[in-house]
Amino acid sequence: MCTAQTEHVSLDAHGRGQSDWTPLSSAVVYYDHPVRATSDHAVVLDLRNDGGSHASRVVVEMTAASAAALARAIDRVLESEPARAELAALDH
Amino acid sequence: MAKEICSEVVSIEGHGGDPVEAYFTRPVGAGSVPGVVVVHHMPGWDEWTAAVTFKLAFHGYAAVAPHLYSRLGPGRWDDLAAAARAQGGVPDAQVVGDVEGAAQFLRSQPDSNGKVGAIGFCSGGRQVYLAACMSEALDAAVDCWGGRVIMPKEELTPNQPVSPIELTADMHCPLLGIFGNDDQYPTPAEVDQIEAELKKDDKEYEFYRYDGAGHGFFATDRESYRPEQAIDGWEKVFAFYGRHLGKPEND
Repeated sequence: MCTAQTEHVSLDAHGRGQSDWTPLSSAVVYYDHPVRATSDHAVVLDLRNDGGSHASRVVVEMTAASAAALARAIDRVLESEPARAELAALDH
Repeated sequence: MAKEICSEVVSIEGHGGDPVEAYFTRPVGAGSVPGVVVVHHMPGWDEWTAAVTFKLAFHGYAAVAPHLYSRLGPGRWDDLAAAARAQGGVPDAQVVGDVEGAAQFLRSQPDSNGKVGAIGFCSGGRQVYLAACMSEALDAAVDCWGGRVIMPKEELTPNQPVSPIELTADMHCPLLGIFGNDDQYPTPAEVDQIEAELKKDDKEYEFYRYDGAGHGFFATDRESYRPEQAIDGWEKVFAFYGRHLGKPEND
């Protein structure tokens, strides 16, 4: 790898690529050489089913600008009343 | 140029005696043939890796590209690369062992001239640098823009316990380095540092550093592709192999 930073996040999620839904238990996130994108680097979001086969994952490669916009959109959605209520319940 | 080329996926004996799948591409009926181990880049054992083995065979070399992540399989090459990333990469010692196994495979071929080099791209370049230091299996090593040859202590891990530059004094074969001056992995300053270390240790090396090129500028499927610099770079690679591995009879 060219960049050393790899972030690991535990997830309680499901994802769907081109086939059926799969449980997703972790995310591996990094900024490094992509597979499909033609740029030198991309933010790679590798959403994984750790109990499944290597193919049971959902992967996204995006520009840093796209990742930043996505992060801001997620933050805005998390400001909604139901999302804030779910997060508040975790604190108790 | 080779008039007939054969390409197939084979199983070689890698580190620890493990079976490792590999692209094996070679000229056919070409007399005595030097060999090259191709060490793939971080994205994985992909079409570009296979294309490099074909290019080498076209120029008269037997080329083998071991799949460094195949032990994580079975699975598609990009899924296995992702699994490798998720676990923090594969051990450097294992990669060097796989390179040694690939070199042994090439030397065991009936038409081998006994000489084997290696070429690596990106993380593969770093791994070729390591193999040149940790193994006596190679007669020539080519590092194409290998980043993290210089690693700060905080980046060392159980899989990557030593910064490759620390091993330069043990380098066993001549080294060719290809770098773009717009690259940040490694930076020009880091390339200066690597060159200073090679000089200090009195190692045989050649560095070619290209203006107007960054990382991965040989890659024809990337925005980084720079045709003039890539054509010149490949010419430098084949001239280097010709001097140290013996010029193929049909190139």
